[in-house]
Amino acid sequence: METLTYNGTQIDVNAEGYLKDMKQWTPELAIEMAAQEDITLTNKHFDVLNWLRAKQAEGTPLSIRKVGNSGIVDIKQFYALFPGGPLKVSSKIAGIPKPASCI
Amino acid sequence: MQDVLERTATKEAAVVDKNKGKVKKVLVICSKGKLEDVYAALVMANGALMEGIQAKMFFTFFGLEAITKKSADHLHTATVGNPAFMPGMPTVVAGLPGFEAFASYMMKKEMDKLDMPHVTEFLQMIDAGGGEIYACKLAADMFHLKKEDFVDEVKDIITVGDMYALAEGEGTQIIFV
Repeated sequence: METLTYNGTQIDVNAEGYLKDMKQWTPELAIEMAAQEDITLTNKHFDVLNWLRAKQAEGTPLSIRKVGNSGIVDIKQFYALFPGGPLKVSSKIAGIPKPASCI
Repeated sequence: MQDVLERTATKEAAVVDKNKGKVKKVLVICSKGKLEDVYAALVMANGALMEGIQAKMFFTFFGLEAITKKSADHLHTATVGNPAFMPGMPTVVAGLPGFEAFASYMMKKEMDKLDMPHVTEFLQMIDAGGGEIYACKLAADMFHLKKEDFVDEVKDIITVGDMYALAEGEGTQIIFV
């Protein structure tokens, strides 16, 4: 088992660095996690992260196509905001599990 | 308090060695025009982009149907000459007029349930993700197709030599469908 230690708080993550409990997430933690992916979070990033967290809480399976239809960003902007695999990277920063999506 | 983010592992972790033989780019060649073959090619190219892997697509021969404006969203699955399709179905029944259209309709309905986009939307997604889509010059000449016959996402009509140039670089995989 792996843990992240953020400001003295222990946060459980899996081997790939995804949070095990999305309730342990805070916006401040997201900023630090994003920095490790060389991403500086903007309000637009947070709009996407909050949308992802809301959908995850509803139990909706996530896909790039759904993010593209979210009305927050289109697919091109999504790739630009989170380079190197947008759904994977954004989910990690949003503190939700890695989406099991093929599309 | 200072912001500190530390990651500690208590167990042997990270199965993937990031330095060894990582796939950096895929070139997906689609030579077939059947619904399931085209989707296989599209899913693999789009899946690569989703993983942060570069993707290029090259459509040739009947694969051109998938990028031709008038046929892209009307691809069919083969009910005859396809032993995996409803095993036990006599070929003579599978070949009845309308049967193939019905089977294709049913298949597309199942795909909709899985939130799979139509072919044209899929091509737009790949383009938006930074993927590049090309058509084969020889096949385009053979079928009398021009740039304007193809969907807007098709970047160019290229030769086989140009296609290999797309695959240049370490860590490239070529996938043929």
